[in-house]
Amino acid sequence: MHKGFIRGISAVLIGLWSAMLFSETDGVFDEYRAMLGDDNPAIFVIFDGEEIWFTPAGPKSASLEQCDLGLGPGVVEGAYAQLPRYFADVDRVQDVEARLEHCMTQLQGLTPAEVHGKPYSLRGDLGTELEALVAWIADQSSGLAIAPMQAHAKERATYELGERLFYYRAGPHDFSCATCHEQAGRRIRLQTLPNLTTHQGAAEAYSSWPAYRISQGIVRTMGWRMRDCMRQQRMPELIMGSEATVALQTYLAVNGAGAPMAAPGLKR
Amino acid sequence: MASRIRIRAQLKDDYCEVKALMRHPMETGMRKDQSGAAIPANFIEDVQVLHNDVVVVQAYWGAAVSANPFLGVRFKGGAQGDVVKVVWRDNQGDSGSGETTIR
Repeated sequence: MHKGFIRGISAVLIGLWSAMLFSETDGVFDEYRAMLGDDNPAIFVIFDGEEIWFTPAGPKSASLEQCDLGLGPGVVEGAYAQLPRYFADVDRVQDVEARLEHCMTQLQGLTPAEVHGKPYSLRGDLGTELEALVAWIADQSSGLAIAPMQAHAKERATYELGERLFYYRAGPHDFSCATCHEQAGRRIRLQTLPNLTTHQGAAEAYSSWPAYRISQGIVRTMGWRMRDCMRQQRMPELIMGSEATVALQTYLAVNGAGAPMAAPGLKR
Repeated sequence: MASRIRIRAQLKDDYCEVKALMRHPMETGMRKDQSGAAIPANFIEDVQVLHNDVVVVQAYWGAAVSANPFLGVRFKGGAQGDVVKVVWRDNQGDSGSGETTIR
C-alpha cells in the first residue's frame, strides 16, 4: 500500500548468532560497533542498576543510598574511576564489587554468603543485581579519567601484588596473565589480545569494562573478566572482591591511569 | 516484561534514519534452564515503524534475532518534527512501543 512511499528502505537487523561473531575479525566487529553508534543495550541494565541502588533490600530493608564508594556516602558520580582504593573502615583496598559487598552486608544486613551466592550470571541468564549495580556505577564515571588511588601504602602494595600475580605462572598449563597479555599483535582464535603491560593496552581494556557482551546478551563486569581469565588459565576460581582480583584490577587501572572511562563498553 | 525502546530518528540527505534498540530476551524456546526444563519461547514476532501514524516498515521476526535487538531503517518522506513510532508484539502477546520526533 505504501510501496512507493517506502522506496529506498534498507533494514538492518542485528540478529547474528554468536557463532558468527566468533568468526569475525576485529575489523568487522568495529563496523558492527559503528552501526550501533551511541546505542548500547547496556543502557537497560544501567537503568536497572540505578533502580536497585535506591530500592530497599535485605533484612534491614535499606537501600544502598548511604553506601560510601570512596567519595562519601551516597556519592556515585566519579567514584568508579577512582577505584580500587583504600577504605579505612575495613582497612583494606577494595574494588567496586568488594565495596558493594561491604555495603550490602553492613547496610542491608545480607550475609557474605548471600552476596557471594551468585555474583555473576551464568551464560544465558538475564543478569544479576550486582552486574546491574556495577554497570550503573561505572556509567556514572563515564568520560572521567581513570585515577585509582595510590596514596596509601596498602594501595601501592596492592599494585605490586597485582603485578606479581600478572606475571605469576601456575596451574596445569603453567600460564600467567602475561602469557597472553605481554605482547602486541597476538590473538586467541580471531580475538585480538591487548598488551596489558603498556599504558594504551591497559587503558583500552580497563576503560571499556563493564561491558555488554553481545554473544551472551548480558553486561559483564571487570571482576567477571578477571575470574574468567583465571578459568581460561585453568586456575582455581578467583573469588569476587578477593585480594587477588582487587590486586589485578589495581594493576590494570594504574597502568591505564589518565585515560577516560568509556564503560559500559560493547564487546563481542 | 519491560517494554522499553530506545529510539532516535534523524534526517539525513534525502531520507530519515531510524535507530531503535528494544529490550527483549528473545528466547528461542530451544534452551533449557539449570534444572533441565525448557525455557518457553518468547520472541518478538511483529515490528512496525510508523511515520505520523502511517506504517512505513512492517517486519516479521523470529527466534533467530538476537536478545535486545537493534533495528535500523531508513525511509523517505520524513520532515523535522514528524513523529516516528516503533511498536513490537511478541509471541506471548506482550507489546512495547516507543516514539520520538525526527531531528
